[in-house]
Amino acid sequence: MPTLQEIALKTTGADARIVSGHRMCSGCGIGSIIKTVLAASDKPVIVVSATGCLEVVTTIYPFTAWNTPWMHVTFENAASVASGIEAAYKALRRRGKIDEDVNILAVGGDGGTYDIGFQALSGALERRHRFMYVVYDNEGYMNTGNQRSGATPFGANTTTVPAGKVSFGKPQWRKNLVEIAAAHRIPYVAQAAVNNTMDLYKKAQKGFNADGPAVLAVLQPCASNWSFDSSLTIQYSKLAVETNFWPLYEIENGIVHINTKPSNRRPIEDFLKGQTRFRHLFRPGNEHVIVEMQKMIDDEWARLLKLEESGIQF
Amino acid sequence: MSERRTWQELELGVELPPATSLGYKTGGWRVLRPIFNASECTHCMICVGYCPDMAIPVAKNEEGVAGKGGRLFKGVVRLATNLDYCKGCGICAHECPSKAISMVREEEAEQASCKL
Repeated sequence: MPTLQEIALKTTGADARIVSGHRMCSGCGIGSIIKTVLAASDKPVIVVSATGCLEVVTTIYPFTAWNTPWMHVTFENAASVASGIEAAYKALRRRGKIDEDVNILAVGGDGGTYDIGFQALSGALERRHRFMYVVYDNEGYMNTGNQRSGATPFGANTTTVPAGKVSFGKPQWRKNLVEIAAAHRIPYVAQAAVNNTMDLYKKAQKGFNADGPAVLAVLQPCASNWSFDSSLTIQYSKLAVETNFWPLYEIENGIVHINTKPSNRRPIEDFLKGQTRFRHLFRPGNEHVIVEMQKMIDDEWARLLKLEESGIQF
Repeated sequence: MSERRTWQELELGVELPPATSLGYKTGGWRVLRPIFNASECTHCMICVGYCPDMAIPVAKNEEGVAGKGGRLFKGVVRLATNLDYCKGCGICAHECPSKAISMVREEEAEQASCKL
């Protein structure tokens, strides 16, 4: 059983796999996510990044924040590059040129995963390469200034679905990447959030140790484009979990298990308040959006509970 | 152009030595400075886990350091924030369960340290 103390030692020592000096926005949780995930591997890790916030901020030439082999090719093919690395690793191993065990990690933002890198990811899952894909989900193309993605929630104001007199923001609900990934019948899929370090660490460990591909979706509240004070990143992540907006659950070999069940489900307004992208929902005339949102969240939660209760393989 | 090359002859992309970003001090971004009050700290490591800039160093200390309520904390203990890299986001101060960290404007912190 890991402790926060052990994780702290692994993430800050000389052998930390990602180091300070990266240029993430002040208060960006991607740093916490990626250091925790990397610490969860007890073998050397090879990292592949899709284009996105993480790739941009950690490797501004001539600097790199990575202290482990790292590779970036293009936006859409993080999963394909990871597949290639895994295949090459297996080939080298077969020829006796490598005798060390390694873990392969692909990391992408929600744009590079839900939208642009989706077919590459699906292909890699279908081919059952042994790697873990981590998506840090900030619910839009935040690096380029808040454009809508497949992960942007219903009702959010973005530059490409702006809220105004005739629109209340994004009219569609978000994709459920976890269930899409689970539909590939892979050994491990999970949803985590930046506020629960221990849960994230354990899930990353399970993902690395899975016998096949694993997918881990992590919520990352974006201080810059959800527009809240930089000290509240963890707070918003907590609220997303407590309102059931972002349930923490895992699907292990097809069996759903919910990790956190909020004893007192908070209304979705608690999460929406204070975020500029949802500010318009509190203006007169938009009340129905919040009602609809609450209904969708409750329905999804009820469905998830039923899935867990039934014990039927996903 | 028409010359065909094998994959072994292709040029490599950009290659960099690891962890060079340590040479880039992001502390200059800071507006608020976290002031760490060691006598209130319980060394729970919550702030270390959350710090997105890995700016809170820790150390193994078997002799122990005095923390909240004068208690001696042994094992892994947190040290003073590394101001070379801290961007002053304030997550540590907001999430600290024992309120051992407070955020102070950089210029005030600067003046206070000059007086000392």
